[in-house]
Amino acid sequence: MSAPGIAAIDREWRRFTPAERFARFAVYFAVVAAIVVSLETVEVIPEFVYDAPAQIGDMLRRMWPVAWGFYPEGVQAPLLESLHIATLGTVLAVVMAVPVAFLAARNVTPHAGLNYLAKLVLVSARSVNTLIWALFFVAVFGPGALAGTLAIAFHSIGFTGKLLSEALEETNRGTIEALHATGAPWLSVALQGYWPQVKPAFWSIVLFRWDINVRESAVLGLVGAGGVGMALDTALNLFQWDRVAMILLAIFAVVIIAEIAVTAIRQRII
Amino acid sequence: MTSGDPHRRAVLPNWWARAGWVLFAVYLGYAASHLEFTPARFAVGLEHGAKFLSRLFPPDFHRWELLLKGMLESLQIAVVASALGVALSLPLSLMAARNLMPPWLTWPARLVMVLCRSFHPVIVAILFVKAVGFGALAGILALTVASVGFLGKLFTEAIEEISLKQVEAIRASGAPFLSVVSFAVIPQVFSRFVGFIAYETDANLRNSTMIGIVGAGGIGGTLFAAFQRFDFDFVCAIVLTIIALIMAGEVLTVRIKQIFKV
Amino acid sequence: MTAELATATAASAHAAAVPALSVRNLVKEYVAGRAVLRGISLEFPTRGVTAVIGPSGTGKSTLIRCINRLVEPTSGEIVFEGRDLTRLGKQGLREARRRIGMVFQEYNLVERLTVMENVLSGRLGYVTPLKAWLRRFPERDVDRAFELLEIVGLSAFAHARADSLSGGQRQRVGIARAVMQQPRLLLADEPTSSLDPKTSVEIMALMQALSEMHAFPVIVNIHNVELARRFADRIVGMTGGAVVFDGPPEALDDAILKSIYGGEDWLE
Repeated sequence: MSAPGIAAIDREWRRFTPAERFARFAVYFAVVAAIVVSLETVEVIPEFVYDAPAQIGDMLRRMWPVAWGFYPEGVQAPLLESLHIATLGTVLAVVMAVPVAFLAARNVTPHAGLNYLAKLVLVSARSVNTLIWALFFVAVFGPGALAGTLAIAFHSIGFTGKLLSEALEETNRGTIEALHATGAPWLSVALQGYWPQVKPAFWSIVLFRWDINVRESAVLGLVGAGGVGMALDTALNLFQWDRVAMILLAIFAVVIIAEIAVTAIRQRII
Repeated sequence: MTSGDPHRRAVLPNWWARAGWVLFAVYLGYAASHLEFTPARFAVGLEHGAKFLSRLFPPDFHRWELLLKGMLESLQIAVVASALGVALSLPLSLMAARNLMPPWLTWPARLVMVLCRSFHPVIVAILFVKAVGFGALAGILALTVASVGFLGKLFTEAIEEISLKQVEAIRASGAPFLSVVSFAVIPQVFSRFVGFIAYETDANLRNSTMIGIVGAGGIGGTLFAAFQRFDFDFVCAIVLTIIALIMAGEVLTVRIKQIFKV
Repeated sequence: MTAELATATAASAHAAAVPALSVRNLVKEYVAGRAVLRGISLEFPTRGVTAVIGPSGTGKSTLIRCINRLVEPTSGEIVFEGRDLTRLGKQGLREARRRIGMVFQEYNLVERLTVMENVLSGRLGYVTPLKAWLRRFPERDVDRAFELLEIVGLSAFAHARADSLSGGQRQRVGIARAVMQQPRLLLADEPTSSLDPKTSVEIMALMQALSEMHAFPVIVNIHNVELARRFADRIVGMTGGAVVFDGPPEALDDAILKSIYGGEDWLE
């Protein structure tokens, strides 16, 4: 069958090499182990679980009828303030994120130390939750919309910067090379070479982030950082569930509108 | 020299875009005026900020047992919520895929996912705290809801983007439904799914450190209590630990993605 | 009068004698110890097309890119307009680069910008970033850009996006961009390698015509020997990182080609 001198070829079909199989198995095993351990050790009080349906029913009953009349006096203004916070915060985040993104992109800044530092800044910014940033800024600037805006801004730098730097790393090297070869100053290379290439990704990232920030800004008021969260906090503390329902519905409506707006804008631009 | 038209423009101006920018700038100015950001407030803020920063450092780790307990609980919440979220999202997203399923199935499924996504995890946590009491259970349920909303959307988008030709080919060979799924659907979406799951687990980890602020378990409660007690160097210790945990999670995620060749 | 005339004549005679570019002992090692360019010394006059030919990997592209320091030389001198480019700092290098135009194999245009914007980007070394961002180029430049577009035959595409053009059209934009710089030297790194035979001839003819029209020398790195013979005034043959032939196309015979490229099968 086989010609003389040709060694038999191993014809067994394997999807993965033994090393890969082991690694994949190890991951599956670790994941399952983590889940099992967590399930067993997490503290769940059984009585609470049994009581849950009754409690949920009670809560829903108290939410109806919804306090529609509360909207004009107690909801509209804070809701708009939340929108302002979300928009301003996103804009501020983008302004701060752009230079950091340039520093973090390996092809733009070939300096490994700077890359690492920039990435560290980005990871730290997004590891700290908006709510925690809000706590900080309330302590520094006092309660109100300013603290909320800064909280959104500083948290958003993390994602915006990371996604932007990834988009920068995917740009065409040759185009940039050509611009350097014309003797253009660095700023012109950035504006004429990098910017046109990352524009679609940039808008996508900004819109996506704004959408999320609209949601985030609604809860900042729970720690005093302005917006409709404060009204929510008050209503919760006073057990005014009908007002709570009104506020939640208002937030829901804004979030849906924002998402529709974002989808529409995205289709037009990208 | 020129072809006779002295008003040739190098670049055609886009008036709609320019108008849009002007309007946006006006809006920003208006919104910013709401912030009441005066130079006086800025100065006071800087002073507070400096004082605050000095009280943050050096971080105080002597209550490390409390810190560890809180972090472990957050980790447990994140792991269980992610697992439950994935388990629930997979069938839900398959049901919501418009290229594979009929509308009477896709519409309700998509509605469920939108509802889950619309509310911030904190708000959902507050509601669950009311329903099932303080503690980790409320946190797990809240983050599971958030995960289903987020993962469901991403999974469905991935499924809707697969090439139906491959599904058709396997179906034509007479394979049963589950085999079609495992040979035609899953290979096309698996690597993207792994990426989404990794991202969502990271998001849950971040969220689990925070929902404690409203009583849903985890390190967030410890953090909030320390804040209210003005115990700022402990606050700093907690925040640093959170950052370290998230970074560790990211490194792990990269390794796992390499193993599954995402 | 006579004295001025005499000075002018002397000046132009002097200019003709001074080479546009002098490369002296250029060495490039990507990996220490393994030289891709082994001490190249060449002089390029102020007129004419020079084609650099040779097998892949022999350093032709490296040579071209060392001239404007897109690749950093390991050692040697590159004298252009009286200055050694290897010694220049960032600012000086930028000033020198705007006097050197370059055409690339993959065109290297900014795909999402219009043809006009791409051509004008040749002036980026001459305008401030702010003016460039606002697209406020001097009137003279805009006029010249339109003229160049007419010369390269793309007037109708002035406001079309670069990525809507064919390969040959894009290379014309690339050439227009380079000529917009009002260069004293044009470099071309395999400008026709991504184009079909007919378009390749058109592109080479275009570069040759522009070089005569605007009086600047062209150094082309090319692997198609026929194109080189047809359009170059001088051919430099490289093998193994060294120059093995330097002379007019007529002097390029089969024996020399064999020594450059090795093998016989590819020769007719």
